[in-house]
Amino acid sequence: MITIRDLNKAYIMPHARINALENINLQVGQGDIFGIIGFSGAGKSTLIRCINRLEEPDSGQIIIDGNDITAMDKQQLRLARRKIGMIFQQFNLFDAKTVFQNVAFPLEVSGYPKNSINSRVEEILELVGLTDKARAYPLQLSGGQKQRVGIARALSNKPSVLLSDEATSALDPQTTYSILELLKDINNKLGVTIVLITHELDVLKHICNNMAVIENGRIVEGGPVEKFFLNPESDTARRFIDILKWFQDKKIYREGDGI
Amino acid sequence: MNSDLIDLLSVGLGETLYMAILSTVIALALGLPLGIILVITGKGHVLEAPRINNVLGTIINILRSFPSVILIVLLLPLSRFIVGTTLGATAAIVPLSIGSAPFLARIIENCLKEVSFGKVEAAMAIGANPATIVSKVLIPEALPSLIRGVTIAVIAIIGFTAMAGMIGAGGLGSLAIRFGYMRFRNDVMFATVVILVILVQMVQWGGDLLAGYINKKRYKFE
Repeated sequence: MITIRDLNKAYIMPHARINALENINLQVGQGDIFGIIGFSGAGKSTLIRCINRLEEPDSGQIIIDGNDITAMDKQQLRLARRKIGMIFQQFNLFDAKTVFQNVAFPLEVSGYPKNSINSRVEEILELVGLTDKARAYPLQLSGGQKQRVGIARALSNKPSVLLSDEATSALDPQTTYSILELLKDINNKLGVTIVLITHELDVLKHICNNMAVIENGRIVEGGPVEKFFLNPESDTARRFIDILKWFQDKKIYREGDGI
Repeated sequence: MNSDLIDLLSVGLGETLYMAILSTVIALALGLPLGIILVITGKGHVLEAPRINNVLGTIINILRSFPSVILIVLLLPLSRFIVGTTLGATAAIVPLSIGSAPFLARIIENCLKEVSFGKVEAAMAIGANPATIVSKVLIPEALPSLIRGVTIAVIAIIGFTAMAGMIGAGGLGSLAIRFGYMRFRNDVMFATVVILVILVQMVQWGGDLLAGYINKKRYKFE
């Protein structure tokens, strides 16, 4: 579904060259929920933004559905992006538009038949459970509702891939859980391939089937999610697991009743 | 009170309104595209073009450095070329619009830059082209602040018309100079100032009302 080959990206600073991504090779299967985990600054955001070229890679290849994204000109890229949904940590909804208009926007952009827009928007709002909020503005919604609108907007034009840039990092645990359930549901019902980046182990554990660990711009570990928890190989993976254990131990010690 | 006061003031106010409204419209027509170009040709934006951005920025800075009276005098030949005269309200509209357009462009640039870049990126990720991003995302998102910005510009333009009045443009400014100052007509001086104060208050009030209405609509809880 998505193939990334020898992807490189460096940021040139006045006094230094920062290799944000080095020789990234990844394979994401059709219908996967693929998690990329790493600490802050590891390059995970750069990586996911390279997939739809919000960030221009320096070299390498990204192939989605057999189409070479990296070789496209601007117009081709715009057409390709219409089939790649994206959701953001800060939601990035259009405050001037109602929920309905936000979700309808990708349809208008892609020239969806005008008389079908209404029914498509209603259909997708029902899927994310926001039918009653169609006329509300984003500023009137809670964080979880905003992210649901973000998901609805990303999915309205029936993309084959959904990119999630830390979509749950700004939400509380309960809302995170409900958004993750929604993503899982969408993956099940629509068969959309989901690539998500996160720094929360719970997210990985809860919905991903495959994962990769990124450390200093390099993929240091990959495979099924179970392996990550049972047999962490890389430094980052071990640190994540250790931190989790450490917190659990501390909590048991302090409160005496475990998690 | 002199009997000619009402006549003088109504003619002066008419000329001032005529100059201010037309100059604002033309300055907006020039300044809005300039402001948009300044934003979208900026680094990392939808139509990144550093050279165009630099050249445009420099031209705007140069035009803005001129003291307004001098800019008006410098642009008088242009008025003669376009309008056929250098005297009167219509002739003043040429330098007034050209003088205010760079100011307006900077205000509009500021307003558009307030829109968080994440929204622009979201529109880019959706596959919208630059024209759609500007017309459907940037401008609507910045609308309340654009209205407040244009209000500032309109008030500046009203002040600017009074300046133009000193060099033969007519309007309330010229009234204050020719009658209030040169003929010691304190009633004229006083009345023009009062009218200008009311005018500016009304413009500000109107702008606040409109921007507030849009904001309220977006924040309102049902």
